[in-house]
Amino acid sequence: MKKTGAEILLESLKQEGVDTIFGFPGGAVLNIYDTLLRYSEEIRHILVRHEQGAVHAADGYARSSGKVGVCLVTSGPGATNTVTGVATAYMDSVPLVVLTGQVPTLLIGNDAFQEADIVGITRPCTKHNYLVKDVRDLALIVKQAFHLARTGRPGPILVDLPKDVMADSTEFSYPSKIKMRSYNPTYQGHAGQIKRAVKLIAKAHKPLIYAGGGVILSNASKELTALGQKFSIPVTTTLMGLGSFPGNHPLFLGMVGMHGTFPANMSITHCDLLIAIGARFDDRVTGKVEAFSPHSKKIHIDIDPTSISKNVPVDIPIVGDAKNVLKSMLKSFEEEPAQDWSKMRADWLKQIGEWKRTSPLTYNSGPGLKPQFVIQKINEITGDDVIITTEVGQNQMWTAQFFSFTKPRTLITSGGLGTMGFGFPAAIGAQVAFPEKIVIDIAGDGSFQMNVQELATAVQYNLPVKVAILNNHCLGMVRQWQQLFCDKRYSHTVFEVIPDFVKLAEAYGAVGLRATKSEEVEPVIREALSLRRPVVMDFVIDPSECVYPMVPAGAPLTEMLLV
Amino acid sequence: MRHVISVLVDNQPGVLSRVSGLFSGRGFNIESLNVAETLDPSISRMTLVTRGNDQIIEQIIKQLNKLVNVIKVFDLTGSDYVDREMALIKVNANASSRAEVLRIVEIFRGRVVDVSPKSYTLEVTGDDKKMRAAIDLLAPFGIMEIVRTGPVAISRTKKNGPNSSQRREKEPQD
Repeated sequence: MKKTGAEILLESLKQEGVDTIFGFPGGAVLNIYDTLLRYSEEIRHILVRHEQGAVHAADGYARSSGKVGVCLVTSGPGATNTVTGVATAYMDSVPLVVLTGQVPTLLIGNDAFQEADIVGITRPCTKHNYLVKDVRDLALIVKQAFHLARTGRPGPILVDLPKDVMADSTEFSYPSKIKMRSYNPTYQGHAGQIKRAVKLIAKAHKPLIYAGGGVILSNASKELTALGQKFSIPVTTTLMGLGSFPGNHPLFLGMVGMHGTFPANMSITHCDLLIAIGARFDDRVTGKVEAFSPHSKKIHIDIDPTSISKNVPVDIPIVGDAKNVLKSMLKSFEEEPAQDWSKMRADWLKQIGEWKRTSPLTYNSGPGLKPQFVIQKINEITGDDVIITTEVGQNQMWTAQFFSFTKPRTLITSGGLGTMGFGFPAAIGAQVAFPEKIVIDIAGDGSFQMNVQELATAVQYNLPVKVAILNNHCLGMVRQWQQLFCDKRYSHTVFEVIPDFVKLAEAYGAVGLRATKSEEVEPVIREALSLRRPVVMDFVIDPSECVYPMVPAGAPLTEMLLV
Repeated sequence: MRHVISVLVDNQPGVLSRVSGLFSGRGFNIESLNVAETLDPSISRMTLVTRGNDQIIEQIIKQLNKLVNVIKVFDLTGSDYVDREMALIKVNANASSRAEVLRIVEIFRGRVVDVSPKSYTLEVTGDDKKMRAAIDLLAPFGIMEIVRTGPVAISRTKKNGPNSSQRREKEPQD
């Protein structure tokens, strides 16, 4: 029996195990939305209020669950509104399939109404993308799209769907297997390289693990923790790697880099062996590249060969999936002569203990409400059974510093692209994936305003997402840079007008709460958590508070500005 | 250093744009780029000439391999290969200089492909060095216009090229 393009699309989504999509309708996707009504039992559609919200929500859904996030939008402006979200997912290697409507094939290139060359626009910010020109190619393209999104280094795939192709019909059969001659990611690390790496680790007196988001993507936290623990190797992570190693473990040093902890930045500078796992030596991590970890041999495990020796030359590259490689390494260690590793590394661990003691993360408690205090309170009350999303800026860095992430996929944040407005829709996506979990977006007043319209989505679907706004009435991180590097010339970073977030929440049908003093913080958090409704908590914080430590851009990691 | 890189790609719309976009987006330079179908009509071959230090060339090859439509990448530089490019050169040729231009064309085993009262259009084929020599010798007569293809290259040894797919990180043999 023949099926229409729209039916084939939805059948294919079902075959891929998709039960939730985030979207916003329009003219070019009219057929798909019409057909979607017949699939409402099997595929849940979450109607957002802006296409950027759809793609960030699909992203939050994917990061929290490990499944492929799917969103559906119309042509032209619908498609271009997803671009920031697509680029966000691309930078952080999030598996997404973005379905965009397109004008009918005969009109493509004619500057038709709501036409945009979205395949051209997103070529540099997708892992791959497709324009479906013939309904007979549709099933295979959807199959390939999901395969590409979730395998290798994951990433967003965009599929552009012209209106006539969706109305056209053909026989449907979904391919069961897939083989692409030009796409074969390497999963198993090279055995000889792994052996060499293990020998190096066994000999090292001052080793350090530097773990990134790749560990979380490959579900390798257990193996990472085993490696650190068994062989007494201290661990630091990138922003994206937080949660891959238990944040409360004595071997954990906190985040590394521009706003990294003193012990992490000192250790990475003084170690004799650096084991990078699923991390890519980003400029926010390395600081001045020439001065980065100057005394160490470097092992780099990554599934993407382009990440290796891109910014920092590496001694032992291992291309492969982090989980597989770490498993092989642990196995390979069994052949090494047993040693008392903690004894061998006692001096190193003692030195690190010293750094931890002399310069811990801290802040000055002042007269006003401190953002760090709010985050610590949230952590204290929720424990670790919570999903935290963040916006971008000071709120993100304070969360990374002062919230202790002990499990993978509990911090969802835009690391690579640094997208303000990401956290709230991402929290909605995570809440859709985990309806019973506590999901909190730790936000700034600037970022939250960028996708505040999604409050309507949260209310409509009764998603009890909590937003904790660290409200300093300004664009805090930029203002911090202006304070430090522009001689306190605060050019356009202080908001003269800001909405009353409590009233705003109420206008959308959500709950608004406010705390202006330290003693109000705990009651507000407890009340918010007691309500199974979306809640916006407005924490009016000390606007002069800055994020420390801070390494100025381009400076070596040892040049930290401390509190 | 100058590198000649040969790339096998899916013969599909948009692939050229993916490759050229990769170069512009990442700040790699392209000196020349050639694309044409291979014996297998589903595959095209690109020959591109680029410049960079070892680290940049390594990134270029890895980034090319990462594109889903790229099947294989060969860096011909450093191996045994032949490269040729063709130029069409419109050069001033009046009564007094015609004979001399023709002599130069002959030396370079070129051909005259079009004649007008005041000019010759010449076809010259060769490697980079020969092209430069021909242009230098013709310049004094006044080159009105020149169109160059940029080089295409082929390996002298194995089919497709000296290196197998460089998708994997360079790892020593055990």
